[in-house]
Amino acid sequence: MNTVEAPPAGAARAVTAKTVELVNVSRWYGNVVAVNDVTMTLGPGVTGLLGPNGAGKTTLLHMMSGFLPPSQGQLTVGGAPAWRNPEVYRDLGLVSERESVHGFLTAREFVTASARMHRLPQPEQAARRAIELVEMTPAQDRRIETFSKGMRQRTRVAAALVHDPSVLLLDEPFNGMDPRQRLHMMDLLHSMGGAGRTVLFSSHILEEVEQVSGTVQVMVAGRLAASGDYRTIRRLMTHRPHVFVIRSTDDRRLSVALIAEESVNGVDLDASGLTVRAGDYGTFTRALPRIALREGIRVRALVPSDESLESVFSYLVSA
Amino acid sequence: MNPTVAWITLRGLIGRRRFLLLFPLPVLLIVLAVVGRTSGVRYENWGVPVIDGIGFTVMLPVIALIVGTGVLGSEIDDGTITHILAKPLPRSEIVLAKLAVAFGVTLVATAVPMFVAGVITHSVRLGVACAVACALGALGYSAVFLALSLLTRRPVLVGLLYVLLWESLLGNLLTGTRILSIHQYVLTVANELGDSKLLTTHVGWPAALIMSGVFVAGGTILSIDRLRSFAVAGETS
Repeated sequence: MNTVEAPPAGAARAVTAKTVELVNVSRWYGNVVAVNDVTMTLGPGVTGLLGPNGAGKTTLLHMMSGFLPPSQGQLTVGGAPAWRNPEVYRDLGLVSERESVHGFLTAREFVTASARMHRLPQPEQAARRAIELVEMTPAQDRRIETFSKGMRQRTRVAAALVHDPSVLLLDEPFNGMDPRQRLHMMDLLHSMGGAGRTVLFSSHILEEVEQVSGTVQVMVAGRLAASGDYRTIRRLMTHRPHVFVIRSTDDRRLSVALIAEESVNGVDLDASGLTVRAGDYGTFTRALPRIALREGIRVRALVPSDESLESVFSYLVSA
Repeated sequence: MNPTVAWITLRGLIGRRRFLLLFPLPVLLIVLAVVGRTSGVRYENWGVPVIDGIGFTVMLPVIALIVGTGVLGSEIDDGTITHILAKPLPRSEIVLAKLAVAFGVTLVATAVPMFVAGVITHSVRLGVACAVACALGALGYSAVFLALSLLTRRPVLVGLLYVLLWESLLGNLLTGTRILSIHQYVLTVANELGDSKLLTTHVGWPAALIMSGVFVAGGTILSIDRLRSFAVAGETS
């Protein structure tokens, strides 16, 4: 079995960068608006698509992959419309949320069939490479219907990668995978993004998104609530105080000094240290060293405690 | 036609449990023909109920329905169609591959027992005529039922309504509906090619051929167009 450390040769190969572009895209079903006026551009690298259930993530992915027409707006993949355009699949790989696969085929037959349908010059070799990428070589001659959920998922990923696409769309790709398989898949997505591919994956597990990608697109109730690096997004949320945990040589005296600082909204002092709520991220982080120096206190640790993706996500969803 | 799509379709069709449904009606047809032959009664008295009543009216459309809706409808139902559609293949290649498999399987499952039944009933020539008529019917029905898989979420029900209501019931009550009945074209071809003139026909030879072509071409073009606009079922998640 391949080691996780070795970057897969196929994934590391540089490709022509392609973007997925949505301009004022909406999709509705009768009176229900699933996606509402979304504009976004996805470029090379790995992007996480986040959102609570019913936020419109799957609808968005269906539209990007050419399986649903936008009710309004324009959607292009590499400059070409995705809807009613099979040519778009030459450079697009898709792993849909639904687990449906031709269970009567073996993994090798399934991936080789994908390679043949892409009219690759050497379908067997391409299939073997893709199966190696997802570490399914030992089980490649078993029927897919005998696989666990994670093995099926990896087989589907192999089929989506077999033609070395520039754009890869994955709907909940980590579903059913064990922790080691997840790490391997994260590594694979990283290397694909690093090689210049545009990779978009949706997930409802924030830790996964946090580990794979700093860049996120957050959907809430059909709208694009935030877009970009989640740490930057957090800093732009000026209406939410930034929470820092500080440990110093004299927490009590530092708390007194900090409460007098204009950018500080509140201070909690307990046995583990200081918890500071600052209204302005930049002003506070500039003021802290000055105050500590003035008071002769040594700051041992300064940790922003709500800069995680989970905090950003919960702020966006509750906004 | 794409050979990989055809290969996957055939594997899927043979691997499904509904494939077993293809066997009882051909067996019944041959058994009834043997019973008629060995009964000592003249073939004019039992030939029509066997050849037309069982063979052309029930076995051919039912098998074509099982196969025709199975080659695409099953993949739409279980979602595996997205694996084929997410490839840079012209939709016409996919539809023609599905149609070829549906036609081929229906042809084998119906023409062989109809040939045997025709030979037992009257002559080798009637057997050949029945087999050729089955080929024409298999193609027409396959094109129609393939299109139904893309037009409705209940292709089997709509297909049954076409066969039972349109072809059988209305075909007997309203003569005008016969011009739009694949069953009538099949009867015409079997009667023209056979030497027994056993069957009663209501559509002329040229009309049967032309209208069969219309059904095949119409069903195929409609399927290709619908597949180009295939959208996954509405979800709001």
